[in-house]
Amino acid sequence: MGNGTNLGRVRGLGSAKAGAHHWWLQRVTAAANLFLVPWFVFSLIRLPNLSHGIVVDWLSSPLVAVAMILLSANVFWHLRLGLQVVIEDYVHNESSKLGVLILLNFFAIGGAAIAIFSIAKIAFGGAA
Amino acid sequence: MRNTDRPMAPHLQIWRWGPHMLVSILHRMTGVGLAVVGGIIFAWWLLAAASGEESYSWFAGLLTVESGRINIVGVVLGVGLTWAFFTHLFNGIRHFVLDTGAGYELKTNKRGAILVVAGAIVATAALWGWLQCDWIMGIFGGGA
Repeated sequence: MGNGTNLGRVRGLGSAKAGAHHWWLQRVTAAANLFLVPWFVFSLIRLPNLSHGIVVDWLSSPLVAVAMILLSANVFWHLRLGLQVVIEDYVHNESSKLGVLILLNFFAIGGAAIAIFSIAKIAFGGAA
Repeated sequence: MRNTDRPMAPHLQIWRWGPHMLVSILHRMTGVGLAVVGGIIFAWWLLAAASGEESYSWFAGLLTVESGRINIVGVVLGVGLTWAFFTHLFNGIRHFVLDTGAGYELKTNKRGAILVVAGAIVATAALWGWLQCDWIMGIFGGGA
């Protein structure tokens, strides 16, 4: 593999040299999801119901709150990496691609922030 | 820019569909579905719970009927996300195996792909069958 043409490199269209790292993080977050998401699904099923009191009570436990925060960070990180690849594959116009990738970052980081803050608020007793 | 005077190489349409192609596009579709629909519902659910009883019951009202049982929107989203989750999970595990360089032999690869698709359907049916156990028992005249 070469380093692209000189013109391509000047325009910043060559390899960003971050592909292997992206690929690896996708696998690491996938491996973490392998434990976190099934735990989440089966925890929800084992609750008597999903009424406000029971959900808040469940999230108030420190171990549950920490696992849920890790899950939120990991899930939104994994989906950010995955959707980035999908966008790069299907959106070919450079400016549209840039715009959609920025929206993706807003969605992923915003979603994670909402989830993590909500868990923390409940765990610290704000919604009891 | 593609020169439209030049012929385009035939690609997708010349291949006979096989399980490996199905599972590949399903991985993408379920991933996008889980990311967008699942991500929004997950964050919204937690936000509603943290915002107090009233916001939570409004959110729950979107997915349930008066008695607290799940409504049609809840069933479609619930079953859909469960199936997408199992498909993406099982194929993710398959990808970990492929990452080690194993499982590329035609027969093995085909078997793995079929197992992913079938396993996800069975797991979804089993999970929702379990969740609806009392309702299913009701059909057979018993009460759970």
